[in-house]
Amino acid sequence: MAFTLYSLHHTAVLCTNAIAVLHEERFLCKIGWGADQRVGGFGDDPRIKAQVLNLIRSVRTVMRGQKSVFLCPQK
Amino acid sequence: MDLPHHGYRATKQRARAAPPTADSVLFEDTSSAAPAMNSQGYYTPGYNVGVPPNDMQGATGADNLFTDPMANAAMMYGSSLANQGKDMVNKELSRFMAVNKLKYFFAVDTRYVMKKLMILMFPYTHQDWEVRYHRDTPLPPRQDVNAPDLYIPTMAFITYILLAGIALGIQKRFSPEVLGLCASTALVWMIIEVLVMLLSLYLLTVHSDLTTFDLIAYSGYKYVGMIVTVLSGLLFGSDGYYVALAWSSCALVVFIVRSLKMKILTSLSSDSMGTGSSAKPQFRLYITVATAIFQPIIIYWLTSHLVR
Repeated sequence: MAFTLYSLHHTAVLCTNAIAVLHEERFLCKIGWGADQRVGGFGDDPRIKAQVLNLIRSVRTVMRGQKSVFLCPQK
Repeated sequence: MDLPHHGYRATKQRARAAPPTADSVLFEDTSSAAPAMNSQGYYTPGYNVGVPPNDMQGATGADNLFTDPMANAAMMYGSSLANQGKDMVNKELSRFMAVNKLKYFFAVDTRYVMKKLMILMFPYTHQDWEVRYHRDTPLPPRQDVNAPDLYIPTMAFITYILLAGIALGIQKRFSPEVLGLCASTALVWMIIEVLVMLLSLYLLTVHSDLTTFDLIAYSGYKYVGMIVTVLSGLLFGSDGYYVALAWSSCALVVFIVRSLKMKILTSLSSDSMGTGSSAKPQFRLYITVATAIFQPIIIYWLTSHLVR
C-alpha cells in the first residue's frame, strides 16, 4: 500500500468530518451516547465511554463552533 | 567517568581551531596576492625580520577593515540586525514547536548511540530499563542509556530510504519517484501509529509522562530493525531476510515491551484509592503488547517488496 502525505491528510479530514456531523438529538441520544450520559464517579478516572463522548463533543465544538450545551430531549 | 570528558573534548577542539588563523599570517598569505609578491624579496635575510613588513603589507586589506570606524560601526549594526532577526525567528518557531524539548532528544553522543543500537538488536541482557530522573526532569540521552532520543530514528529513517533505493536499483526497478513514495509511505505509517497510540493513551486516561516526541522516538526505533533486515536480505538472499526479520522482530518486541512497561503500566492513576475500573491494568497491557506486535508487522510490510 503506497501512502502519500496527501492521502493521509485526506483521510484525516474525512474522519474529522465524520465525527463532527454526528447529530446530538437524532442519533447520539438514541444510542445512549448523548451529552448527559457522562455521569461517572466523582474523583476517579473517567471511564472509556465518557472519554469517547468527550472526544466527540470536543470535535463537534471545535469544528462547528457551537457554544451551548444540548441535552437529550424527553426521557 | 568519561561522560563529562566528552563535553570537555569538544570544547578543547574548538579552542584548538582558533590559533591556526593567527599562524597563517606567519606563512605566506597568498589570499592578498599583490603585496605578498612584492615582499618576497624581503624574506630572504631572515625569516623573523621578514615577518613584520609582510604582516603590515599582506594584512593591510584586513587591517583597514578593522581599524576603519565606519566599517566597524556598519559591522556592529549588521550583526545587531542579524541577532534581531534570529530572535524573531526563534520566537515564532517556538510558538509551534517546543524547540527546547526537541533539543533534549538530540543531546546524544557516540557512546550512547553505540549502546542503544546494541540494546535495540540484543535487549535480552540489558538489566535496568528504568529512565533516570534528575529533580523531576528526565536525564538527557548522553547520561542515561534508557532515555529515548530522536537522533537514531531520524538517521535510521534516512538510511532506510537510501537502502530501499539501493535494493530497488539492484532489482532494476529504480526511479526517483520511488524514493519519495517509499519515504512518504514509511512516514505515514509512523504518523498513523503515533496517532493511534495517542488516542488509546487518551481514552484509557493513562497519566504517563510520554510526550508526542517520546512516542515518535519509540516508534522510530523500528527503522533500525528494518535496516538490518533489508541489509541481510540483500547480502544473503531470501533466507537471510527471513532470519533477520525473525531476529529483529523478537528483539524489537522485547525492547518495546520492556521500555513501555515502565512508562505505561506503572504510571500514576488519579484515583488514589485503587477502586478504578478493574479493566484498566489489562487494557494498559493490551496497549503495550499491541504496540509491540505492530512492529514486526510493519517491518514485514515495508521491507518485503524490497527483497524478492
